[in-house]
Amino acid sequence: MTARLLWPGLAALSLILAALVAQMPGWALLPPAALHLDMAAWVSAAMVWLVEQATFGLFTVKQATRALAAMIEWPYEAARVLLVDGITEGRGRKAVTLVPPLSWIAVTVAMGTLGVYARNLWLGLGVGALFLYLAVFGQWESAMITLASIVIAVPIGVMGGLVLGVAAYLSPRFDRLQSPVLDLMQTVPTFAYLVPILFLFGFGPVAALLATVIYAMPPMVRITTLALRSIPPEINDFARMVGCTGWQRLRKVLLPAALPDLMVGVNQVIMLSLNMVIIASMIGAGGLGFDVLNALRRLDIGAGVEAGLAITALAVALDRLSQALALRAGLPDAATGSWIKRHPKTLAVLALVLATGLLGLVWPWLQTYPKAGELSTKAFWSDLVKSININYFDQLEAWRTFVLTYMLLPVKRFLLALPWPWVVALVTLAGWQLGRARLAALCLGLSLFLVAAGLWEQAMTTVYLCGVSVVVAVLVGLPLGVLAASNATAGKVIGGVIDTLQTLPSFVYLIPVVMLFRVGDFSAMTAVVLYALAPAVRYTAHGLRAVPEELVEAGTVCGCTPWQVLTRIRLPMALPDILLGVNQTIMLALSMLVITALVGTRDLGQEVYIALTRADTGAGIVAGVCVAALAIIADRLIAAGAAQARARLGMGGDA
Amino acid sequence: MTDRPVKLACRHVWKLYGPHPERLLSGAVPSLEQIRAAGLVGAVRDVSLEVRTGEIFVIMGLSGSGKSTLVRCLSRLIEPTAGEILFNGQDLLQTSAREMIEIRRHRMGMVFQHFALLPHLTVLQNVAFPLEIQGVDRAAREARAAEVIALVGLAGREGNFPRQLSGGQQQRVGIARSLAVEPELWFLDEPFSALDPLIRREMQDEFLRIQRQLQKTIIFITHDFDEAIRLADRIAIMKDGAVVQVATPEQLVLAPADAYVAAFTAHVPRAKVVTLASIAQPGDGPVAGNLPGSARIEAVADQIEAASLPFAVLDDEGRVIGQVTGRAVIDVLIGRGR
Repeated sequence: MTARLLWPGLAALSLILAALVAQMPGWALLPPAALHLDMAAWVSAAMVWLVEQATFGLFTVKQATRALAAMIEWPYEAARVLLVDGITEGRGRKAVTLVPPLSWIAVTVAMGTLGVYARNLWLGLGVGALFLYLAVFGQWESAMITLASIVIAVPIGVMGGLVLGVAAYLSPRFDRLQSPVLDLMQTVPTFAYLVPILFLFGFGPVAALLATVIYAMPPMVRITTLALRSIPPEINDFARMVGCTGWQRLRKVLLPAALPDLMVGVNQVIMLSLNMVIIASMIGAGGLGFDVLNALRRLDIGAGVEAGLAITALAVALDRLSQALALRAGLPDAATGSWIKRHPKTLAVLALVLATGLLGLVWPWLQTYPKAGELSTKAFWSDLVKSININYFDQLEAWRTFVLTYMLLPVKRFLLALPWPWVVALVTLAGWQLGRARLAALCLGLSLFLVAAGLWEQAMTTVYLCGVSVVVAVLVGLPLGVLAASNATAGKVIGGVIDTLQTLPSFVYLIPVVMLFRVGDFSAMTAVVLYALAPAVRYTAHGLRAVPEELVEAGTVCGCTPWQVLTRIRLPMALPDILLGVNQTIMLALSMLVITALVGTRDLGQEVYIALTRADTGAGIVAGVCVAALAIIADRLIAAGAAQARARLGMGGDA
Repeated sequence: MTDRPVKLACRHVWKLYGPHPERLLSGAVPSLEQIRAAGLVGAVRDVSLEVRTGEIFVIMGLSGSGKSTLVRCLSRLIEPTAGEILFNGQDLLQTSAREMIEIRRHRMGMVFQHFALLPHLTVLQNVAFPLEIQGVDRAAREARAAEVIALVGLAGREGNFPRQLSGGQQQRVGIARSLAVEPELWFLDEPFSALDPLIRREMQDEFLRIQRQLQKTIIFITHDFDEAIRLADRIAIMKDGAVVQVATPEQLVLAPADAYVAAFTAHVPRAKVVTLASIAQPGDGPVAGNLPGSARIEAVADQIEAASLPFAVLDDEGRVIGQVTGRAVIDVLIGRGR
């Protein structure tokens, strides 16, 4: 009985405490300066030491980073030559093109042909049309700059992920070592990576590429290890019984058998690379991301929407292509004959590349899509937004004010009014209840870190924005998930929309929100909800569909109404899955929150963003780790809750 | 059969899972209770076996009895905790990794319960795979693969991928693949357990046909007692990681070592395992003809019943060891007077 009343009681106490905010001593509201450790300064000092003094004996750290940069730089330059610049002589306006880059026709047809190879003519036509869109709407050059980064970042990310994943598969000790590092890499917000990389590698495309690779690699590592582990043990036994050496076993048996799963990882790397290349435009990646950033800064709505749509086109094309290739990985070609016979499509594309390159010297429109034929939708979007803002301003503003006044601000006030020792105690208690001493210690340690970092207020602002967004996302996502699971047509439509939303780089979400609601907490919340909605819907639908049909039948036979079947059987059984979806939603919300710093929030994300603009490594890393700390607390608490729910339902296995 | 050389022998093989199993084995032989009390799992306990050249040796046990672990110890896929495994007299547990690879490449073959075919290779490439690993050139290995594919009755399917085949066909590929290197020792780990009953029976016949042709030394794992008595020259019955009895199917039925074995054999139709030699009675009256003592009753029952006179039963050297009457055969068939 007492256990049941514990949390409602604590909630009531919290409300009372928050109401007493005026009587609270100052040290209780904000951690006193005495508790503040200047970690930012230590990190900055360490970075300075690293760059200026640290050596590996034969060479300094600076030389090592330079060498690394050079190693990435030349393939990137090669990709740029191929896609963007061509080979030129001279500089600036006097530059003479010796060899042109691949023509727009060649790239479009090559991508379309890849689509035909990967699945069928329809995919080929679709991909071709998306690339044609880039050319016709004047986004070609920016898109090719972005593509050049991806073309380089993806192979590096995939290879690196494969090597680390295989190493983790072969050596459990290495796996235990790298697992927490991967956790951290995935929870530290993307902006926070940018700061030290900016410091070590300077502003420019190479630094951006490195950030992209670091961001996109962890899922590949995880998927590789998982794919290798899920190969049936008999296949492994078989490889040993026919006398494979270790290398033969890996190359001829395990990796090919895992190929379909590995291709899913490749798809992930591609999509994450695209996301990060867009974000990394802040440290000089250029391309479409830079266009969006520029437009956001100037509040040039038309240009922003155009670049955003171009990113969407590129994302959808790359996603569908790589997904089709992943499915195809299971079906090797059985074609025989000479190389030429087996590769008619490759030859045709090569011929087209040569032909458009050469003929383009005579007819330039073959080489570069003619300016005269370009269409621009800029004015259309600007006018559309203008007219919405003129005609519906009152309604939009009323809605915005309503949500701000009755939802956002009260929560914010409440959270900021809570004394910090009380919050730390509550989090620790939750850890104790869900995971005993270990989890309690983790929660206590991480929340004290927030205190010591001197970022308590920002952290609580983050909790508030993230919390409200997650609640809204779940409130919207749960019914959508129920709908998707209960109706096949609705499931298809919702699934399609959610899939497309998930392929979009996070930046893109800012554009419509800023257009309609300008900057501020409300805009940030809306963007976060849009971005973080997908897992809430998807996991709910998946959990509901996975409920054994027998149980539903048992309920129906007992005379349950459809509503009772849903509330008494399906939802309770799907609870662990739904909790995992909520967990994912929180993770996405936190990563998006940092990006919403661009629309003027006052949370940890803003701290990271400020650090980035000032290239202040210490402050950036500390604020980034604070976000990671929040993410880890939420993740571990929910995972423990889901595991408890699973155990209670007798589903076995750990979450 | 007993005069043939021993191909594979294992002596006092143990496999214990859990922390520090070697401590428990350093003293006196531990009992099942002692192993459990020490927090260990005794997957294989003190197993000693001898398998002779050309013999079909079946290891039979229910799931969890340790038969799969035992066969993986014999092939050294799992490192036993203690014991010796002698292959042609050579202790495999003392063999270097390099040498082990050579032995597996040329002298052992294994068929798996779930086929373990490589999904990305065609039937031909799957069967040729063990040879590819050895570095045999493409033409030679594909010629040999085509040969064994024909042997298992899959000619014409070389270009198919595993997922395009039925379960029975997939296991034929698995059998062909394990035979491609002409192994001396052939492990079959529940090869037919994943198949439907009708297909299973067909595959058992196919297996016996291939074995008559090739005369391999076979270690065959199954949980199906009917399958065991159908195929085996000798059967080892396992329970809780230990071997309870090793005997011919007939001996198991006529003289089960304990109640556990008796429970298995109780429902076996005796005519399928009992031979004429074991029911022959002394007598020297007129006979209808001669029959070999090794013949199973099921195979000759019609013939004996149809005749009005008893049959003389001969041993392997052609000497008369007694007579069988129609009544004695009927006694066995209806289970009278056990």
